[in-house]
Amino acid sequence: MESGLLLAGILFMLGLISVLIRRNIIFMLISVEIMLNAAGLAFIVAGSHWAQPDGQVMFIFILTMAAAEVSVGLALILQIYHRLKTLDSDAANLMRG
Amino acid sequence: MELTFYVAAAVAVAATLLVITCYNLIHALLYLVVSFLAISVVFFTLGAPFMAALEIIIYAGAIVVLIIFVIMMLNLTYEDVQHEKQWLTPGVWVGPAILCLVLFGELIYIVTTDNTAASAVRAVDAKAVGLSLYGPYVLGVELSGMLLMAGIVGAYHLGRQKKKVIHRFLEQEAAA
Repeated sequence: MESGLLLAGILFMLGLISVLIRRNIIFMLISVEIMLNAAGLAFIVAGSHWAQPDGQVMFIFILTMAAAEVSVGLALILQIYHRLKTLDSDAANLMRG
Repeated sequence: MELTFYVAAAVAVAATLLVITCYNLIHALLYLVVSFLAISVVFFTLGAPFMAALEIIIYAGAIVVLIIFVIMMLNLTYEDVQHEKQWLTPGVWVGPAILCLVLFGELIYIVTTDNTAASAVRAVDAKAVGLSLYGPYVLGVELSGMLLMAGIVGAYHLGRQKKKVIHRFLEQEAAA
């Protein structure tokens, strides 16, 4: 139980560090994926500890949400790259329509 | 079983570290696939074989391949790797990394001081998950269906390229 939760915590922290320090917008999206996966791992650990299927059901929902999120996020990245010709997330701070 | 868990956990942490320190996007994605495979092994040891299969199919299969397709569409060059190297100077990453490590120390403290009775691993098979998914959680299934529909429509709308409005005859005139 503790080691599984610690693994989830380590992975979540790595994702959090990466989303804070990276400026490449694709790397930020990958880091969000790592964090979502770590949260799902925590759910699986809890579900296995109490031998209930609810944790795995929550993991399926997280998986669905991650798939929808990554498709919309990649479409946004394509638009940003076509408009600004760069992957720098600081370049997209103007919000000019 | 314990040894398998620890080896897979070490592989997952090492691969994730390599993902967040890599400059080249494709190399980072390959390490990300390794990390997802290791986490899938962890799911096996925790008694969730159906989730391990889903992890490989959806995360390592679908999502990573989707990101690779987008990278191929972006047509990045060696200069972008150099840009990435310039953006990731030590002054940028030291501060957030230290703050996150403080948070992680708190997390270790909370997890290790909670000493509830440890239990052996009991497998939860796919049938129980399915019965639960279409029993008490059926509303969540419908909502995630709507979310996926919104994701498809949103991705199509955002990813669409602007069409040229010039008719092909006028285009010939403009070229001439």
